[in-house]
Amino acid sequence: MANKKTKLIKSLVVLTTLSLLFSGCIDSEKKEYADAADIPVSREMVAELTSPPNVPTPVGRRKAKKLIVNMEILEQEGTMTDGTTYNYWTFGGSVPGSFIRTRVGDEVEFTLSNHPDNKLPHNIDLHAVTGPGGGATSSFVAPGHEKMFSFKTLNPGLYVYHCATAPVGMHIANGMYGLILVEPEGGLPQVDKEYYIMQGDFYTKGENGEPGLQAFDMQKAVDEDADYVVFNGSVGSLTGDNAITASVGETVRLYVGNGGPNLVSSFHVIGEIFDKVHVEGGSTINENVQTTLVPAGGAAIAEFRVDVPGTFILVDHSIFRAFNKGALGMLKVEGEENKKIYSGIVQEGIYHPEGGGIQEMPEGDVVKVEVSTANKSLEEKMISGKQIYMQTCFACHQAEGQGIPNAFPPLAKSDYLNADVNRAIGIVLKGKTGEITVNGQKYNSVMTRQAISNQEIADVLTYVYNSWGNNKTNVTTAQVDAVKNGH
Amino acid sequence: MQTILRLATRILFISYLSTTYCQSEMVPIKGGTYTPLYGRDSLQVTISDFQMDVYPVTNKAFLEFVKKYPKWQRSQVKKIFADGNYLIGWTSDTELGKKQSVNAPITSISWFAASNYCECQGKRLPTIDEWEYVAMANKTMPDARQLEDYNKYILGWYEKPKTFNNEVGYTFKNYWGVYDLHGLVWEWTLDFNSVLVSGESRKDVDNDSNLFCGSAAIGATDLMNYAAFMRYATRGSLKAKYAMKNLGFRCVKDIIEEQ
Repeated sequence: MANKKTKLIKSLVVLTTLSLLFSGCIDSEKKEYADAADIPVSREMVAELTSPPNVPTPVGRRKAKKLIVNMEILEQEGTMTDGTTYNYWTFGGSVPGSFIRTRVGDEVEFTLSNHPDNKLPHNIDLHAVTGPGGGATSSFVAPGHEKMFSFKTLNPGLYVYHCATAPVGMHIANGMYGLILVEPEGGLPQVDKEYYIMQGDFYTKGENGEPGLQAFDMQKAVDEDADYVVFNGSVGSLTGDNAITASVGETVRLYVGNGGPNLVSSFHVIGEIFDKVHVEGGSTINENVQTTLVPAGGAAIAEFRVDVPGTFILVDHSIFRAFNKGALGMLKVEGEENKKIYSGIVQEGIYHPEGGGIQEMPEGDVVKVEVSTANKSLEEKMISGKQIYMQTCFACHQAEGQGIPNAFPPLAKSDYLNADVNRAIGIVLKGKTGEITVNGQKYNSVMTRQAISNQEIADVLTYVYNSWGNNKTNVTTAQVDAVKNGH
Repeated sequence: MQTILRLATRILFISYLSTTYCQSEMVPIKGGTYTPLYGRDSLQVTISDFQMDVYPVTNKAFLEFVKKYPKWQRSQVKKIFADGNYLIGWTSDTELGKKQSVNAPITSISWFAASNYCECQGKRLPTIDEWEYVAMANKTMPDARQLEDYNKYILGWYEKPKTFNNEVGYTFKNYWGVYDLHGLVWEWTLDFNSVLVSGESRKDVDNDSNLFCGSAAIGATDLMNYAAFMRYATRGSLKAKYAMKNLGFRCVKDIIEEQ
């Protein structure tokens, strides 16, 4: 009996030891390394590289690997905005350069190849590298050659990379920058959509919009007097057909970088609040943020859920850059309206600051008392119309009615406008969403319904029709009334 | 009498040069003292008189050279003297590529090949200082480095792709009568790697006191410095066996004073 008992105890001990051993094995699988440098790598893998606004597949729960990154440098001509081209220097053929996605503990074997047709030597400084020059020391490469070096990713975060060859500023100003993401152990939380957006400022010999191949202007760069401030390398790279998309209810994660060379970005999405921001691309998470500052040579990760449909405009909220220099993108959200969250216009009325004593004239069959104003001379209409234009229309359609390429259609010499005055009245009255073609260019943006009186509509349209080479239609209040009542 | 003799020898010598087979035309460069990009007043460089090729060496001239010296043909050249890009555009050992003009500058050659070419003609590659000294001239001035137009022209070229297909003489004739120092191809120099712009060009600001002493680099915001930085950076990225599509050369010759 006693013997039996000892046996039992013995076998229990063995069992416990075994199970301890076993769980010990499991523990080593999940072992957390105090020092990321100690994380072992298993196997090799060729990194997926994507051009903006796309990002590679998330890392998820994969183990640290030897990650092979092959990047080619190309000096090539590209479009800055319609009619204007620029000689971009690129990592991987795009501005910003290809997105690199890694995880903590990866051993990145980086090969930088300088295309033989290129004129200049280049290198790469990755802010994710712990080592001299961020890799620049080891990657300086002449045209027609390649250099390989490797580094271990020690800190999770979103990092900028850029060329650091003399003159450094010029290489960056020509587009040599991009982002490298180092995901933490186990990856970032899953989201529905991820996009890559990087701001940069450009300095050209000609002013903004001047056509032809534009050379880099060193003096303007030194003076920090940018001609273009853009997302993803050119005006309109994120508008119209290039807009990024999501559906109502989805969570969106934006990897936002700023290549500079000079300007700091006040990144903002009009009509959204960032639920979460990885401040400066690091581990600090801020919540409920309206605008996040992205330093030159810095980054941020912004996440939010889209709750209502519509077009949400991405801007550098240093706002003249957005509407006058190109820093404007679009996020198009499709899906069901949610009136609880956003109602749209509920009611429209006349506002009298002096109080409610004055009654609003019922619209419809009653004889209008507006005769005197309806008889305004063309000159009077032009003066009032211009005032209304500058208050209501100027921001999008611009001072000379030139519009903003790829975002807001021009009113100057506009075939679309001149073709149909009733349609124009209708658009001011009711707003307009969806694709239209103006002077051969497609636009797909949103114009909201304008809350101005019929007289004001007549005045502002008369002003527009009698300016900038348009067909000089004199729009009357009666015409506006007819359109309003006819629909 | 002696002077006349000397003159006569020189005239004879020059006429000999110009008639010699595939010898490029040369012009005399009057030496002088100048401050290079990386220098302060205390670091002035003195250049002696010398002669420089008017044009970069052409495809045609180099073709003749490799015919005469087969060891410099693409299939014959020793690996330590030229990398895989050596004469990469040529159809064969003795035939240019279809798109290559005979009068375009020879490119895709290593420093060893360029150096030996010059040597075989009793010449040598120019030093960086000699090259920079001649290249700081515009059409009318020996030192035009302070002129905005001059620097804009150079910077403008750096952004123009594929100028290596153009023929020699394509750009302007400078003060010394030399063509194409800016605007056609980069050129090998004798001591291209003696001034190092390391891979990490920002570090140079602190460390390489010879090249970027103090404010010379920190204050390097003017166009002149930016243009020159690019050349120094390019030279710094090279090894002697490298061959580059945008890199050619020309030769110089010392003027030896007869006793």
